[in-house]
Amino acid sequence: MRQRNFNNRGLIVKSKMADVLTVPQNAPEHCPGTGSEQAGKSSACQGCPNQTICASSKPLGPDPAVEEVKERMSSVKHKILVLSGKGGVGKSTFTAHLAHGLAADNNRQIAVLDVDICGPSIPKVMGLEGEQVHQSGSGWSPVILLPVCLYVFSVFIFADWAICFRVQYVEDNLGVMSVGFLLASPSDAVIWRGPKKNGLIKQFLRDVDWGEVDYLVVDTPPGTSDEHLSIVQYLSNTYEVSLLDVRKEINFCKKVKIPVIGVVENMSGFVCPKCKKESQIFPPTTGGAVKMAADMDVPFLGKVPLDPRIGRCCDEGKSFLSEVPESPATAAYQQIIRKIVNYCGEKSEDA
Amino acid sequence: MADGKSEQSLEKVLKNIKHIILVLSGKGGVGKSTVTTQIAWTLYNKGKKVGILDVDLCGPSIPRMMNVEGQDVHQCSAGWVPVYTDKDQRLAIMSIGFLLDSRDDAVVWRGPKKNAMIKQFLSDVCWGDLDYLIIDTPPGTSDEHITVVENLRNYNPDGAILVTTPQGVAVSDVRRELSFCQKTKIPILGVVENMSGFACPHCGECSNVFSKGGGEALAGSCRVPFLGSIPLDPSLAQSLEDGQAFTDLFPNSPTLDAVNKITSKLLEMKNGVTD
Repeated sequence: MRQRNFNNRGLIVKSKMADVLTVPQNAPEHCPGTGSEQAGKSSACQGCPNQTICASSKPLGPDPAVEEVKERMSSVKHKILVLSGKGGVGKSTFTAHLAHGLAADNNRQIAVLDVDICGPSIPKVMGLEGEQVHQSGSGWSPVILLPVCLYVFSVFIFADWAICFRVQYVEDNLGVMSVGFLLASPSDAVIWRGPKKNGLIKQFLRDVDWGEVDYLVVDTPPGTSDEHLSIVQYLSNTYEVSLLDVRKEINFCKKVKIPVIGVVENMSGFVCPKCKKESQIFPPTTGGAVKMAADMDVPFLGKVPLDPRIGRCCDEGKSFLSEVPESPATAAYQQIIRKIVNYCGEKSEDA
Repeated sequence: MADGKSEQSLEKVLKNIKHIILVLSGKGGVGKSTVTTQIAWTLYNKGKKVGILDVDLCGPSIPRMMNVEGQDVHQCSAGWVPVYTDKDQRLAIMSIGFLLDSRDDAVVWRGPKKNAMIKQFLSDVCWGDLDYLIIDTPPGTSDEHITVVENLRNYNPDGAILVTTPQGVAVSDVRRELSFCQKTKIPILGVVENMSGFACPHCGECSNVFSKGGGEALAGSCRVPFLGSIPLDPSLAQSLEDGQAFTDLFPNSPTLDAVNKITSKLLEMKNGVTD
């Protein structure tokens, strides 16, 4: 009884909440579906208590940029998405080290794209903080070329500014793009709603000349929202690596049909630097990532132990892999990277 | 307009709430939800009526931490009845987690839909009389935050608590959140440093897993109050996983001491504001 009351109140029925393309159970007879272009607007929606929520979503039309992005991305061999439902589990740390690890082979060209618009950490973790793209109110201001940035790529107009997009280079074969480079200072907040964020992500994909790239590693913000939908909308044929607390993320991938390379458990165990004994800071109460991966039927890639030196390297923007090669965490990283490379290799043979 | 109506119900709901506190952080996983729940428990133990509103739509963790996962939200004439954790109904919770079928369900929504949901959370939940409403937010400075702040602006929220961990990457994200508060004119109650220092259970040696002092330094350089630091404590994490009140399980732990101190500071501040 009370369940029905609740539904009458008009919230999308529980089980269908996340499923944006289906018709809710208690919807009016001719409900066009909550994800359809007509949602909230068709005559059947009149009087439906859910009408405002439905009408407030933007209609889904084919975006012309999808084709343009596809063309731009045709020179990128493998696209890897790093996702996690929870924040602070080490997405950026992992992204940076995956990129460093892949770039250790000089024959590979690696690109990192940071789509965490509101909290870009990649510039700091990769030692590029303070690098920026210059902007002015009208026309474009001269760009000062710093030693680390080798190329000026394309120009685009965004929100009344003219901005020159440059890919920042950490090493010759490792390029990075992040909204962090567009901010005047590291403390600037990007207070943007979804559509604006999508616009920027689209431009990152369409207007940055990435060149010939073997691996494009995309770092994402926590959650399953605008940024994730945008990146998935524009990038087809992407694989994803998930970090801890990812059940939601795996369901997201199933929904939008991205293959999952596997799950990485980060911050697994802490080795006391004094007595060398290991203790679990974040105790895995539900069997941890191994069990979760088995439950969800996705591969488990490995565990990275918590090493205080990883955090320090990230704060200083150095590669942990080359700074502390003897750490067990480095070995764990190398092993995971090898598995990812193998996965991508097999995939391209299939195709 | 429908807006006028929701404005009205918003006023009706919020006028019975004495204090509204936002818990913010630019970075994820620094312990916003942990700090929210611990402050709520402590206020509850001091005899206050407390409400927690979880506006993290894509990753709600409050229901699990408060051990009310799987409960249903009821409907009454005045709106949605929040979920109560106790018999005398002094600790109320509202989260999207209660509206989902299973813990693994993903809410794949873009901004406008999230905004509509949050507006409904703010104006349609009948909290009754509350001493404190604590709002737990997702990481970042985007839709959820703008919507919450826009809707609360006219109702004098007390301010925001910024949560950070000590390492540089987290601190620089929180600095962005600080600019967000300044731009949107939300007062900053102070900075809490979470996960500072880990005492090895084998030898007692205290390691600074995520370095130390970042939160305090940030508070100092931005001239906002520093509320205190909470050490990294596996038993705290364990109690949250099980959804039990840490305050009841380990009444003598130094972690609890730290939380108590932070809450006392908040209470003092409140008195200062209201008197």
